[in-house]
Amino acid sequence: MAEIRNYTMNFGPQHPAAHGVLRLILELDGETVVRADPHVGLLHRATEKLAESKPFNQSIGYMDRLDYVSMMCNEHAYVRAIENLLGVEVPERAQYIRTLFDEITRLLNHLMWIGANALDLGAMTVFLYAFREREQLMDCYEAVSGARMHATYYRPGGVYRDLPEVMPQIAESRWRKGKDLKRSNEWREGSLLDFIDQFAADFDSKVDDYETLLTDNRIWKQRTVGIGAVSPERALQMGFTGPMLRGSGVEWDLRKHQPYAKYADVDFDIVVGLNGDCYDRYLVRVEEMRQSNRIIKQCVNWLRANQGPVMPKNFKIVPPSREEMKSDMEATIHHFKLFTEGFCVPEGETYAAVEAPKGEFGCYLISDGANKPFRVHLRAPGFAHLSAMNEMINGHMLGDVPAIIGTQDIVFGEVDR
Amino acid sequence: MDMQSVMTLLLTVGKILLIVVPLILTVAYYTYAERKVIGYMQARMGPNRVGPWGLLQPFADVFKLLFKEIVLPSSANKFLFYLAPVLSLAPAFAAWAVVPFDDWLVLADIDASLLYVLALTSMGVYGVIVAGWASNSKYAFIGALRSAAQIVSYEIAMGFALVGVIIVAGSLNLREIVLAQQGGIFDWFWLPLLPLFLVYFISGVAETNRAPFDVAEGESEIVAGFHVEYAGAAFAVFFLAEYANMILISALTALMFAGGWLSPFENVPLLENTFIAQPHLLWFLGKMFFFMFFFLWFRATFPRYRYDQIMRLGWKVFIPITIVWLIAAAVFVLLGWVEQGV
Repeated sequence: MAEIRNYTMNFGPQHPAAHGVLRLILELDGETVVRADPHVGLLHRATEKLAESKPFNQSIGYMDRLDYVSMMCNEHAYVRAIENLLGVEVPERAQYIRTLFDEITRLLNHLMWIGANALDLGAMTVFLYAFREREQLMDCYEAVSGARMHATYYRPGGVYRDLPEVMPQIAESRWRKGKDLKRSNEWREGSLLDFIDQFAADFDSKVDDYETLLTDNRIWKQRTVGIGAVSPERALQMGFTGPMLRGSGVEWDLRKHQPYAKYADVDFDIVVGLNGDCYDRYLVRVEEMRQSNRIIKQCVNWLRANQGPVMPKNFKIVPPSREEMKSDMEATIHHFKLFTEGFCVPEGETYAAVEAPKGEFGCYLISDGANKPFRVHLRAPGFAHLSAMNEMINGHMLGDVPAIIGTQDIVFGEVDR
Repeated sequence: MDMQSVMTLLLTVGKILLIVVPLILTVAYYTYAERKVIGYMQARMGPNRVGPWGLLQPFADVFKLLFKEIVLPSSANKFLFYLAPVLSLAPAFAAWAVVPFDDWLVLADIDASLLYVLALTSMGVYGVIVAGWASNSKYAFIGALRSAAQIVSYEIAMGFALVGVIIVAGSLNLREIVLAQQGGIFDWFWLPLLPLFLVYFISGVAETNRAPFDVAEGESEIVAGFHVEYAGAAFAVFFLAEYANMILISALTALMFAGGWLSPFENVPLLENTFIAQPHLLWFLGKMFFFMFFFLWFRATFPRYRYDQIMRLGWKVFIPITIVWLIAAAVFVLLGWVEQGV
């Protein structure tokens, strides 16, 4: 009898469903996957090492580029680690703004995920619907920071600046004019908060739109129910966090269990699944979008009612205003020191984690008292999820591989760092 | 060769061109329509830069593809590699020879035209298999194997559905099948053969490897499947074949289940003697475009089936349905509920 060998196949690093640069070596027995060996590191940019050679405040921008679909949550973990060591108090308004933007980020990430996961399974339309809403949220990023993705908006002590009073409008162009332009600018007449408020009021119906295309779709269910099931015990053992863990039915959410920013003061529910398969994780993330929207509404209401500073008046870590700088010698010195040397952080080590959209994103920071970190370690949720790849895929078919990569919500920026 | 046979030859070539050139143009604008329709379904514009409303986009695409290099993968079988696109295009075009566009407008009015169509549409799979084999690529190979299995299974369901049509029409000739449906929209075969009609059309979608059955080229799994290694004109030929097949399936559905060129308003009081009650080529084209639209609609709506699910749908759902309904159709004819023949 002829010797029958399994078929070994490279899935990636150049592959439309590999979500970036995942190189997955698949061993196929017919269509069934016997072994999946993920190779990582193709997007390694040495973020942790780079952070060691820069003043603390200059590495915030690198954090955006880790998980490049949930930018501000990454900043939040890093900034919180610095704040822990510095011992600065973040003003309440800044905390609400951070809560608001963490949730906007969660929506950004989950919208990207729902689109990409659906696209991996062949449903194109959801992707474009999700991007329509993502566009609006990116405009919020742009309104506060000037950048649509890599915002660098969170700073040690608070946020870069208060929310703008005016939401920028879309300019007239050859492609967008007349009624079309008017409709696009309809929500943009007032402040940023008005815009977010209108968006939030409308967003639930948009989630309904996605759900009509997927939730009860027979093909969608056939493709996701029972695929990549993980038991709650195994999920905990493998270090799952976020929707991956909650999808398996473990009620664990840092926002509730170790509240930071203003999560203790807002009202929301933890969403958990039952079976830990792709379908449950899908349902968890969809419901999380609705919960995020709930938090956004509460933050908008609070921010409208209460004014206040968004940065402490501690010029050792916060730059003085440009105006003061022109007339006040002290302010000029502070400015010069901050933008050349940065600030020194007391000796010590800390771990600060946030519930990023993908799971627990943590920053472990050691300072030796200098103006640069001695060591930064970033705990990326995707790394732990990816290491479960073989276990999740094993025994499923080739067609399920994109479903499982999609459900893990992998972004290589954070896995490879 | 005497003068007469030369004239016959020229006349035949002319007739072929009369079918093939509009067909190619339809393919071109079908791709345009696909991008526009799906675009509007997905809250975007579709092509709108090349020419007014992007109308010249198909030509821009064609020229782009023609000017690109055809890359031959290393240790690929050169002969088979270049043969494969031709193998898949030729049957897609040849099948049109027996398609009656109108009562008299048909290139070859042969008696067993339905058998001819069945035979040729099954040939298309060889192009796919040969392409997958000759490319010397793992993705292409998996795509080819998937495609072979899929087309073989759906061919059976499709064949059974057509047997139903033959039973009711009492003929294998497509023209006579259409003429057997005279009498208005409720006399067309979609009604007595409703399950077969649905099975046939869905199998047709599967047969042409279109979403949600596009596992043979399933982008997110095996990138582009059997034609992953093809570029430029060779890829364009595959593309042309796929779209020509889609149009063919739509045309056949219109002929066999939706009365071909017959008007839906035949025998409707008041309209009986007006223009819209008359059979016309435009009715046929309209029905064909109607079914072609479904291909696009499916693509924008459904997620992709997994390979084993497609096979299950084919073998465990469609084939039993067709077998049951074949018997039902035979009983209908026997009891005289459905009138057989022309």
